Amino acid sequence: MSAALTRWLLLGTLLLTTTLGAVEPDYQFDQPEQSQRFHRLLDQFRCPKCQNTNLVGSDAPIAADLRQHIYQLMNEGRSDREIEEYLVERYGEFVLYKPRAQGSNWLLWLAPAMLLLGGLGYVALLIARRRPQATPATGLSSDERARLDQLLKRQEPPG
Amino acid sequence: MTRWKLFIPLLLFLALGAFLLRGLFMDPTLLPSPLIGKPLPAFTLGTLADPAGVKRQSDLTGEVALVNVWATWCISCRAEHPWLMKIAAMGVPIYGVNYKDQREAALTWLKQLGDPYRFSLFDESGRLGLDLGVYGAPESYLIDRHGVIRYKRVGVIDERIWRDELEPAINRLRAEP
Repeated sequence: MSAALTRWLLLGTLLLTTTLGAVEPDYQFDQPEQSQRFHRLLDQFRCPKCQNTNLVGSDAPIAADLRQHIYQLMNEGRSDREIEEYLVERYGEFVLYKPRAQGSNWLLWLAPAMLLLGGLGYVALLIARRRPQATPATGLSSDERARLDQLLKRQEPPG
Repeated sequence: MTRWKLFIPLLLFLALGAFLLRGLFMDPTLLPSPLIGKPLPAFTLGTLADPAGVKRQSDLTGEVALVNVWATWCISCRAEHPWLMKIAAMGVPIYGVNYKDQREAALTWLKQLGDPYRFSLFDESGRLGLDLGVYGAPESYLIDRHGVIRYKRVGVIDERIWRDELEPAINRLRAEP
């Protein structure tokens, strides 16, 4: 297969998948920014039925309903925050991919940083502990050095 | 190093193992409902039998009752139906929410299988279902006499659910002032 043909085939596959992944085409917006906002919103909410897809990617009827409702709420002039609240009131925080920074969620948000800090602290502790042990090992007194030289000399092979 | 420190990795592993083991027996499709403890959402809907007979949320309050979301396209609803008939016969008021369905099909269903509902709201657009946070029929809500949602069941009500969850909950709510 020639390189050019492969390239065209790849491009074709790519275009096909984008069409399939697209939202129902009946959502019309006057301005492209609104369309972008719509897709950004759909992207950040999780479908309650098929749990590991967002509202863009889900074929479940409930996802279609929610898409339609978000469209409606946008046209009513609701803010992103209000739309988020609307969904959370009905389906719970589960629909949010990004957990809110409040209540027990702080544990989720802070755990990585705390683990990192804890790990760094532990490493620092180990290093600090090792240093005082290492110093006397190299610093030999003059008597010890003389004895060491003698021992080393004895070890040397004759001739 | 003291000897007990050698057991730290084992303890960590056991703690992790306990969480994972628990996770094995949890159903990830059951979402906690944010509506527990909140009043029934407001609605104005006709019933299946009478499109003009408009009902409001206040028509459902006054006694401990079950609100059951069902549809003829919902296969598990058929499995649940005999239990709803039994529960209704035991004197628990059940209100239906016929969710995104066709009126004719729903009426035929009730004629053939029996009607356990005091009435069924005809929620053709699914608007009430959305306000109730429905994501898969059948879903059932237990409301207290003030119309506050106190318990939610996603999925079929069967003998086990009735015995272990629903009946005790109903008795508890009935004992409340």
